Amino acid sequence: FHAVFLLQVENVKLLDRYANRKAASGTLYLTATHLIYVDASAEVRKETWILHHHISSVEKLPLTTAGYPLLIHCKNFHVAHFVIGQERDCHDVFTSLLKLSQPVKPEELYAFSYNPKMSKENREMGWKLIDLRLDYQRMGIPNDSWEVTDINKDYEVCSTYPPEIVVPRAATRAVVMGSSRFRSRGRIPVLSYFYKENNAALCRCSQPLAGFSARCLEDEQMLQAIREANPGCPFMYVVDTRPKLNAMANRAAGKGYENEDNYENIRFKFIGIENIHVMRSSLQKLLEVCEMKSPSMSDFLTGLENSGWLRHIKAVMDAGVFLAKAVREERASVLVHCSDGWDRTAQVCSLASLLLDPFYRTFKGFMVLIEKEWIAMGHKFSHRCGHLDGDPKEVSPVFTQFVECVWQLMQQFPCSFEFSERFLLEIHDHVYSCQFGNFLGTCHKEREELRIFEKTHSLWPFLLQRKQELRNPLYRGFTAYKELQPNTLPFSFQFWCGMYNRFDKGMHPKQCVLDQLLSCTSQKVTLEDNAAQLEN
Amino acid sequence: TNEWRLSCVNKDFSVCPSYPPVVIVPKSIDDEALRKVALFRQGGRFPVLSYYHKKNGMAMLRSSQPLTGTNGRRCKEDEKLVNATLRSGRRGFVIDTRPLAVAQQARAKGGGFEQEVHYPQWRRIHKYIERFNILQESFIKLVEACNDQSHNMDRWLSKLEASNWLTHIKELLTAACLAAQCIDREGASVLVHGSEGTDSTLQVTSLAQIILDPRCRTIRGFQALVVREWLQAGHPFQQRCAQSAYSNSKQKWEAPVFLLFLECVWQIHRQFPCSFEFNEQFLIMLFEHAYASQFGTFLGNNENERAKLKLPQKTMSLWSWVNRPEELARFQNPLYEANSLVIWPSVAPQSLQLWEGVFLRWNRPSKFLEEAEEERINIIKYNKELQAKVNALRRQLAEMETDEVEQEEP
Repeated sequence: FHAVFLLQVENVKLLDRYANRKAASGTLYLTATHLIYVDASAEVRKETWILHHHISSVEKLPLTTAGYPLLIHCKNFHVAHFVIGQERDCHDVFTSLLKLSQPVKPEELYAFSYNPKMSKENREMGWKLIDLRLDYQRMGIPNDSWEVTDINKDYEVCSTYPPEIVVPRAATRAVVMGSSRFRSRGRIPVLSYFYKENNAALCRCSQPLAGFSARCLEDEQMLQAIREANPGCPFMYVVDTRPKLNAMANRAAGKGYENEDNYENIRFKFIGIENIHVMRSSLQKLLEVCEMKSPSMSDFLTGLENSGWLRHIKAVMDAGVFLAKAVREERASVLVHCSDGWDRTAQVCSLASLLLDPFYRTFKGFMVLIEKEWIAMGHKFSHRCGHLDGDPKEVSPVFTQFVECVWQLMQQFPCSFEFSERFLLEIHDHVYSCQFGNFLGTCHKEREELRIFEKTHSLWPFLLQRKQELRNPLYRGFTAYKELQPNTLPFSFQFWCGMYNRFDKGMHPKQCVLDQLLSCTSQKVTLEDNAAQLEN
Repeated sequence: TNEWRLSCVNKDFSVCPSYPPVVIVPKSIDDEALRKVALFRQGGRFPVLSYYHKKNGMAMLRSSQPLTGTNGRRCKEDEKLVNATLRSGRRGFVIDTRPLAVAQQARAKGGGFEQEVHYPQWRRIHKYIERFNILQESFIKLVEACNDQSHNMDRWLSKLEASNWLTHIKELLTAACLAAQCIDREGASVLVHGSEGTDSTLQVTSLAQIILDPRCRTIRGFQALVVREWLQAGHPFQQRCAQSAYSNSKQKWEAPVFLLFLECVWQIHRQFPCSFEFNEQFLIMLFEHAYASQFGTFLGNNENERAKLKLPQKTMSLWSWVNRPEELARFQNPLYEANSLVIWPSVAPQSLQLWEGVFLRWNRPSKFLEEAEEERINIIKYNKELQAKVNALRRQLAEMETDEVEQEEP
């Protein structure tokens, strides 16, 4: 908490969605990192904190009898409607927030000034908490067919991949380098998840630079190596997560998709998930529905349908289910890509891993999953989440959709996750908060250049400390459920009020089951201690 | 309280065939007056007490529409009856579940509404609740949508919206909140009626009591509510629950009126999971038994028919089975903590969900949800056991300490 206020404004009202005129007057403070609204009128002092980095837009609304309104939309879907008494004040707040919410250089991000009381050793240990090598070992890698290679240690193969990647042993250096020249941005096929029960592998890459007729021997050999690493199945799937039309259009630009004729024993499949622009627009429409003042049921359902949001969520889920099924039931390896292999590919690979492996449904496992499939594999968090003032067309709720898919799974399988919805919301908040270094930049190379690991903190130790409030009291343990096979008929998908109308407290259940059960289980420990003491 | 009395004017069902033999009316209105009022109300359903709000002494009455007709007929006894429930100087609200236009048109067929000139202390509010036949169409469309196996999200949402089922839920919850607000917040008495007074009227009065009265949220209290406001009040179960959603023939009187009420209770239950002694299974069980049951409780259309059919002699009561300890155990809500609150549900679309337990029961596996319920029950049970153990140990310790003290004294 910075004790220095950049700005302090009196006579400010915070209106709820029903624009209650009787709202009390409070004080608005701006610090270097937050906007804080304090309402000291009632018996209990109420504070509303908004992180500048969370602000996606600030608008001045037309003057009303109550004063000068300012509407703030946040990236975590918080919408704050202030009414400021004086025009001068309103303008000052407006211009300040515009500047504070749109940092230009990475060094301006919160993570570089965030300084909790912590020793240097602890901070460094925080970064070492998640070690991807250990996860590969857990899968049984390295083994006869797969190895962890440092061929990319200087980013020769691919500048957006991590220094250590997992490739088939049979893939020689020449094959790897050749394949990297044939894949968009050098993003060659690498291992995402190894299903040791049957040696099927889930791999990921980007689109081949095939155009209409180009071939690459090394790329074909790469796929062959992947397929042969799984002797239990004569073929492998190649899944393009784009709609067929989009993939075909890419051919005209010299990219495209794999021709079944050129690659031995592959079964090619399109799973049409729309692109980042469609998703951005879909979310925008969904949020408009969520903000409607007093919609009828019809307004709401029609709006929900028109946004297409749940249709897209279902598409991502269906893809994850397909991958998991191919690996588990057909025993086939699967190579997944989209265009660049860092958006839809990340979603479906991480989702499939979650469906197959209960480890990823634990606290630690989920952190590993995100570090591996999103952070290390180069999902462009900075661009997709609009951390800096950049191209608005790069912004898209790709990670949000993944988080929602996890939440949808929690609704169907309430006992199978170690963590609760709150854990998901915390992570989602921090993807946008830039308070921790994990999600800054776009890839490992950039994080090294920004010296994230020396200058910032990792999110994970902070969340682990709060396990007690973020856990799922209904969790039945690691071995209770192996794979998850969700129902993906449309009615299985619910509207996530806790995310998209999170701050509309009136809409949520008034009594919280989660809190009840959490307090029970925490009481349990105290009671057990008491009982033991008393017995002695 | 002293202001009310039990009247047996209907003991042979001659005054009102669809009412029970005993009703509660204001003390100052005698049976002769009641007979006259019955002639002024459709089907003889004169205003009776539905609920008395102890907190402030306000009353909720229900009836059917007044037979004012095109001549503007009036009945002084009817006016006296309803005015008897008002505190001096205070006004009351008439909640008419028909739209104003429909209420006005009803005059042409002999029906009508309470005119301001004759009921000056009463303010009329029209809060439209869908008629029962529309409800049946909604129901059929919803069930059809739930059975659609095509993996098309847009189609599902479109069919869900077109069924209007959730719209009816929202409308009923809103109407019940309105009635409850009049009573609890405005401190006014309320008279609820539609046309016949056997469908939307009962939905509103019973749901309002769930909001207002914590006793209705207990298992016994809810049973009593159903008996009072639905069975005895003469909701025509025989007609409404003949076939449900899959029947081939289009039944004229068929409608899921009671189901809509049960679902609204479930919606409130979802929002206040610690305020109900019973669980979702209890509500689903009642839904099932209203349609098809080995018990006689829901047979017939009113007490008159049930007496004629000699149901109490020939059939078993659902309640006698439900209230057996081994059955009751299945219907308990582990999270229940008795409170004395009035609970106000949110009617925002985001707060209302499809009742999967009824509509998707057969379309998806319940195993994982059942396991979650088991976990909840176990967590709370274990907690209670621990608490009891700690208390017992504390008592023991206290006893041991007093023993020691006694021993030390010479």
